[in-house]
Amino acid sequence: MLTVTSLSRAFGGVYATKDVSVTVPEGELRGVIGPNGAGKSTLFNLIGGHLRANAGSIEFGGARVDRLPVHRRARLGIAIVFQGARLFPEMSVLENVMVGANAATRAGAVAAALRLPSQRNEERGIRQRAFAALGRVGLAAWAERDAEALPLGQQRRLQVARALMGEPRLLLLDEPASGLRAAEREDLSELITELHREGMTIMLIEHDVSMVMRLADKITVLDLGEVIAEGTPAEIRRNQRVIDAYLGGEAAHADAE
Amino acid sequence: MNDFITYLVSGVAIGCAFALIGSGFVVVHRVTRVVNFTQGTLAVFGGLIASTLLKGALPHGIAEIVAVLSAGVIGLIFGFIATGKRGTPPLISLLITLGLSTLSAAFFILFWGQNPISPPGIGGATDVLGARIETQRLLVVVVTVIAFVVLSLFFDRSYVGKGLTAAASNPRAARLVGINVRWMGFLSFGIAGVLGGLAGVLIAPTNAVSFASDLPLALGGFAAAVFGGLVSVWRTLLGGIVLGVVGQLVAGYLSGSYQTEVALLMMLAIMIVRYKSLSAEEAK
Repeated sequence: MLTVTSLSRAFGGVYATKDVSVTVPEGELRGVIGPNGAGKSTLFNLIGGHLRANAGSIEFGGARVDRLPVHRRARLGIAIVFQGARLFPEMSVLENVMVGANAATRAGAVAAALRLPSQRNEERGIRQRAFAALGRVGLAAWAERDAEALPLGQQRRLQVARALMGEPRLLLLDEPASGLRAAEREDLSELITELHREGMTIMLIEHDVSMVMRLADKITVLDLGEVIAEGTPAEIRRNQRVIDAYLGGEAAHADAE
Repeated sequence: MNDFITYLVSGVAIGCAFALIGSGFVVVHRVTRVVNFTQGTLAVFGGLIASTLLKGALPHGIAEIVAVLSAGVIGLIFGFIATGKRGTPPLISLLITLGLSTLSAAFFILFWGQNPISPPGIGGATDVLGARIETQRLLVVVVTVIAFVVLSLFFDRSYVGKGLTAAASNPRAARLVGINVRWMGFLSFGIAGVLGGLAGVLIAPTNAVSFASDLPLALGGFAAAVFGGLVSVWRTLLGGIVLGVVGQLVAGYLSGSYQTEVALLMMLAIMIVRYKSLSAEEAK
């Protein structure tokens, strides 16, 4: 499904990702962990097209995508949920989600432009699906509110609902649980598990290592922009390099708390 | 009293043209953050093309529609030239539209000469509260209202309209959901062309247009758009009408040569009074 080969991106001579190769087969839930500044978000930005790589290639569904602009990759089925909210502030929660259906029109802009407003059935279908997506992320009760009025955690869930409207084939979640309360985290974990069970390919960046260990099929560990380990959660837990670079410190940190 | 009603109605008619031109400014500015200075030029294109087509024996209605659509295509091309290169800053795009509008003036002189041209309208006159009003002026008002209703339905209901709204609201988020923000920008220029062309086609039979009309039309439209904070299409309509009526009253009771100055004064006053809300909009 996704093959990243020798991907590098430098900012002013400092590598944010260096020679990163990752292959994610269809239907896998891949965790991506690493200390701050390990290059996790940069990797997602490169896959989504928000940054251009200095070197390396990205293949998605058998085709090179690394030269395509963001909206083309979105139409191919790559969806990203960022930590920071990227919403349409003047629209209601429901409208925000409905706009997400744009990414599902794989036929492209011309076909979309030819659709007439009179196609009420389609509009109604999109509205129903948007409600369903809001229900899945637990925001159905907020549908008519202004998107801007939502607390940050819910704005992120709104982004997930919007991403789902685009029927993504690859869902990139950048720290979806940060800033959420325990109960919300639990709901989110359940949602991710459910999407995974339905066969969606997912990549998950998360600081909450125990959450990643619980959910992921395999985990890629980044440190200083490079892949230092890859394997099942059990393998990662035992990996000495990971323990030294990251988990050890994290465990000690957790103990201190 | 009759004079007053005549001034009032013709002011509303000219105001409608300002509003159409102004909403072109609004649509382009919302989607691309560019102030499109070809907006008055596009209206002149509409009026002049309609006059030529009518001479070429196209029937009324068809000629006007073709002229409006041509203005739309020209707007699209202008948009492509001004914003086509990825990452062009809005200020540079603005300068490009300024250049295009100057170039177009030369083009107008080359093909249509320097004299103002007034294509035939629907002719005739109608009694309004005892005053004889050219029917064309009433047509302007009716068509403008229809155009504004269609425009707002387009933005609220249609698939593409929602894409435009999304691109205007948050370009980065719009890209995330697969919207081609650059194309939406070109499209907004096309819509601006149609709106400008419509204004030109409607106003030319009563107010002849020439290569020199683009500036007063653009100024009037821009003042109307500023009245709407460069974001609201309906407030632009209101602003256009206020401006048109005040301009006609000044022209009727004082002097006809003050019209452009009235538009400028109104624009300056609004910009100074509403400076804060305008700059807040810019900051977004």
